[in-house]
Amino acid sequence: MPSLNTTSTADISFMLLIFFLVTTSMDTDRGLGRTLPKPPEDEEQQNEIDVKERNLLNIRVNKDNYLMIGDDFVSLADVKPRAKEFIANFENLSNLPERNPKSIELLENSRLSSSPEAGKYMTASGKLMVTDKHVISVQTDRGTSYWVYFEVQNELVAAYNELRDDLAEAAFGRHYENCTSEEQEAIRHFYPQKISEAEPKKYGKAL
Amino acid sequence: MPELSTSSLPDLIFTILFFFMMVTSMREVTLKVRIQKPVGTELEKLARKSCTSFIYIGKPTEMLKAQYGEGTRIQLNDDYAEATEIYNFVMSDRGELAEIDKPFYTISLKVDRETPMGIVTDVKQALRKAYALKIVYSADQKND
Repeated sequence: MPSLNTTSTADISFMLLIFFLVTTSMDTDRGLGRTLPKPPEDEEQQNEIDVKERNLLNIRVNKDNYLMIGDDFVSLADVKPRAKEFIANFENLSNLPERNPKSIELLENSRLSSSPEAGKYMTASGKLMVTDKHVISVQTDRGTSYWVYFEVQNELVAAYNELRDDLAEAAFGRHYENCTSEEQEAIRHFYPQKISEAEPKKYGKAL
Repeated sequence: MPELSTSSLPDLIFTILFFFMMVTSMREVTLKVRIQKPVGTELEKLARKSCTSFIYIGKPTEMLKAQYGEGTRIQLNDDYAEATEIYNFVMSDRGELAEIDKPFYTISLKVDRETPMGIVTDVKQALRKAYALKIVYSADQKND
């Protein structure tokens, strides 16, 4: 019995391969992750947490995509430096978030205390000072374009990432992303990301 | 010179085929809205695609414009939907997941750049009501 001619099997499987390459997608989705607050228990009760004024950075975007931080009109490029200044508050100014002592063992035992940057992060007695009560809130109008909102969010994450990088460099001598997961966690404890996903208000008219 | 044996070629190709079938996923939906994602520099990779549902927000594509007009629409699965339908969408999508995966359930918001925030906010409020609290603002990497 003559054997079955299989020379074309390769071509057939090539066809299948190409078909799958075309119809499927391998694109990994990328984006900014966020966690929404839980819904309020009942409709009337708004669960607004009281935040001291100095601990709150209010970023507002109106319907014409104009940005305001606090009481100042700013451009998109100003968001990152303002956010960094706000989150870190190295000079311990009274209009920026309060700094509270916090014990993070990994950072205390690192070379941070002997580095020239130590004064920024800890008191003279070696206590870490953390602005853990700060909140950044981005409020938009219903007419604000999504891309402006997104880029503000992106700039805020960039501010956190740069501060975390600086701290990682001072404490462990390498970039944040090259640190071990324990070290990254310690740094995240020092700079917790606190961006509020607050409900938006109508701002267009007021500005 | 002896001829090169190609008898194992089909098997090789089949192996590649199976590899691709495993690592890729079928395109889930046909997009009915035009989406140009915003660009960002600080993006993270989406952890698990299998635990993720997608919500698309944008204007109808060129072909569907005549039928549906220019207004911004929300697309769930294969069809346009209202923000009020998101609750049921989340419930049925999350219900299909294994119990162990439910805490990782994430919503990926694929939103067009020019969308007014009002619609995005409505969607976010609907997601809160449905207790789908993990969201991702989907975007493209900015290359510079």
